[in-house]
Amino acid sequence: MAKFTAKPAELLKIDFKTPKTDWMDTPVEIREHMYCHPSKAKDLETVGFPNIHEWKPVDENWNLPENWKETVINGIKERLQKYRSFHVFMDICVRCGACADKCHFYLGTGDPKNMPVLRAELLRSVYRKYFTTGGKIFGKTAGARELTEDVLKEIWYYYYQCTECRRCSVFCPYGIDQAEITMIGRELTNLLGLQLGWIAGPVANCYMKGNHLGLEPHTIKSNIEFMLDDIETLTGIRINPTFNRKGAEILFVTPSGDLFGVPGVYTAMGYLMLFHELGLDYTWSTYASEGGNFGFFTSNEMAKRLNSKIYAEAKRLGVKWILGGECGHMWRVLHQYMDTWNGPADFLEVPKSPITGTVFDNAKSTKMTHISEFTADLIRHGKLKLDPGRNDHLKVTFHDSCNTSRGMGMFEEPRYVIKNVCNHFYEMPENTIREKTFCCGSGTGLNASENMELRMRGGFPRANAVRYVHEQHGVNMLANICAIDRATLSASMDYWVPGVGVAGISELVANALVMKGEKERTQDLRLEPLPQKSGEKEGAENV
Amino acid sequence: MNLNELLLKKRQTILKKWFDSVLETYPQDTANFLKRQKDQFANPVGSTIYNGMDSLLEELLNGGDTDKISTFLDNIIRIRAIQDFTPSQALAFVIQLKRVVREELINENKESQFADELLAFERRADDLMLLSFDIYMKCREKIYDLKANELRNMTSKLLERANLIFEAQYRKIDLEEVLQGNKLERGE
Repeated sequence: MAKFTAKPAELLKIDFKTPKTDWMDTPVEIREHMYCHPSKAKDLETVGFPNIHEWKPVDENWNLPENWKETVINGIKERLQKYRSFHVFMDICVRCGACADKCHFYLGTGDPKNMPVLRAELLRSVYRKYFTTGGKIFGKTAGARELTEDVLKEIWYYYYQCTECRRCSVFCPYGIDQAEITMIGRELTNLLGLQLGWIAGPVANCYMKGNHLGLEPHTIKSNIEFMLDDIETLTGIRINPTFNRKGAEILFVTPSGDLFGVPGVYTAMGYLMLFHELGLDYTWSTYASEGGNFGFFTSNEMAKRLNSKIYAEAKRLGVKWILGGECGHMWRVLHQYMDTWNGPADFLEVPKSPITGTVFDNAKSTKMTHISEFTADLIRHGKLKLDPGRNDHLKVTFHDSCNTSRGMGMFEEPRYVIKNVCNHFYEMPENTIREKTFCCGSGTGLNASENMELRMRGGFPRANAVRYVHEQHGVNMLANICAIDRATLSASMDYWVPGVGVAGISELVANALVMKGEKERTQDLRLEPLPQKSGEKEGAENV
Repeated sequence: MNLNELLLKKRQTILKKWFDSVLETYPQDTANFLKRQKDQFANPVGSTIYNGMDSLLEELLNGGDTDKISTFLDNIIRIRAIQDFTPSQALAFVIQLKRVVREELINENKESQFADELLAFERRADDLMLLSFDIYMKCREKIYDLKANELRNMTSKLLERANLIFEAQYRKIDLEEVLQGNKLERGE
């Protein structure tokens, strides 16, 4: 909602026409509810980020350091030399517009500067001015412009209205990856101390304590014990997982959101129940206690620093391989960056399921396997006793997280798992799933509450597709494999499609999992009554 | 022919002009896109608003089921309540329907012929406007609810674990027993 600006007499004279000036001549208007609060100085100090200062996005004066312009220009120069992809992306766009209407933020806000092509152009115009001959000579005619404070504010505003979801890049004939341009743009703002609190806080916590919320070892342990109590109530089985155990075969790493938030905790209960049933020789770590990596939303170097704990802990504990929980950007980092940042993990073995003997060759290099791959393999080999009827109260659809789908190409495993643990599964329309999936609208550290309007706008295209299957098939559960999805889609559903819940797949697995020695289950993991029982199904496929 | 029949005949023209009046509230590039792209998943805002208006018009002219009207209005207002509009801008599209219909009648030179029916139609449009206020506020209140709920969801498990929630401390007490005790105390 915009601020009230009209006086009573003016209310009757509403001009519906929007200004038709060229984008360069349309100054940025920074609006409340569209951005996250600035970071706290102590969080930036913790990790040694530069140019820490007080500022507010809506203020005229951002108290920028005196040499801010030089810092940005040099920052661009350094990154052009360092990242060939960035240099190419600055040069090759022909402005065909194929990406323009593919961005969920553009679709939801209707703001042309949220078209990926134009979002890139905000930075590209500065690149042209300072790094190309044509731009230096012809200026605006060649699409170049001076870097001014207003231009910087514009880049800041719109680069924190991009979730690096990469949907636009799927449609770009040149394969320009706007996510990488946004990453560089955000790195530049980071050089000037213009970081978001919602990102800087988790980064500092991760650096000091190992996880976003800054949970200390005893808190992590007691949080999990609390889940174990609930599991015992449900199943009559007391589970005793281990923490920081040296010599375990597998190290399990998951986003810390699964440890405290609703509905994330139900996903974590799912992991605990599955691993117990398998008798898996695994351990939790209170040090590598975060799979997520908000450093990824600040700079490449910070992401690398925060990621290093995973291999370090695997080495310290002497495990053979690493199993990872349900998370989005965590998997993009693990899949595409971890190996080159902090590898080679030659002290680990290629992941091999101790239950089925399957060797996960796809993780030969990173030595880390996704829980959905692991679970799908178990089901495929008939190793789980499942009663999908326990999920009969759920009509499920699956939201492909941007990072697991476009970032690592995982489409089938989660669907295979869902279809085996649920009897009612419905796909959303083709142009909203798999590699064309719509973002939840709150990724890359934009999942704060103060920017709720931005989140609702960005989340509308996804919600619109959910609404369709909700109306057509009565879908009431949106399954996904991402902690940020679990946290933020709940709000999005609440606003756009009331009556649709959000769940991690491991929660659905645990609902259906028939455990040895369990008492008759009357409730699901949320302590809600189970539907009337149907016949049990032993390791069978339902695909 | 009465006014309703005339409007039904001109329904597509009215819908087009009414939809155009909403599109004018968006930047030009966006308005073109919202109008051009017909796929409801590739263009969720445009298609939701268009379909909502189409159904609203249908309902206004053919029946007037308040529940249905509320749903169609809700679909449109839910979007505009979180976009860059003041409340008046977000809801002005409802009033625009009166202008569009009146202009059509003036074009046909039939404004005076249907004066009474037009008044009744405009009264129905005014009712829509009032209903829209309620829906708009409901949407805005929901946004604030969401902010509060997120905070609660993030911390409730931690608070419960720390035994700081009344409900958690006393959940083992049989509620029926307590109620029964209260009744006894009151001598019921």
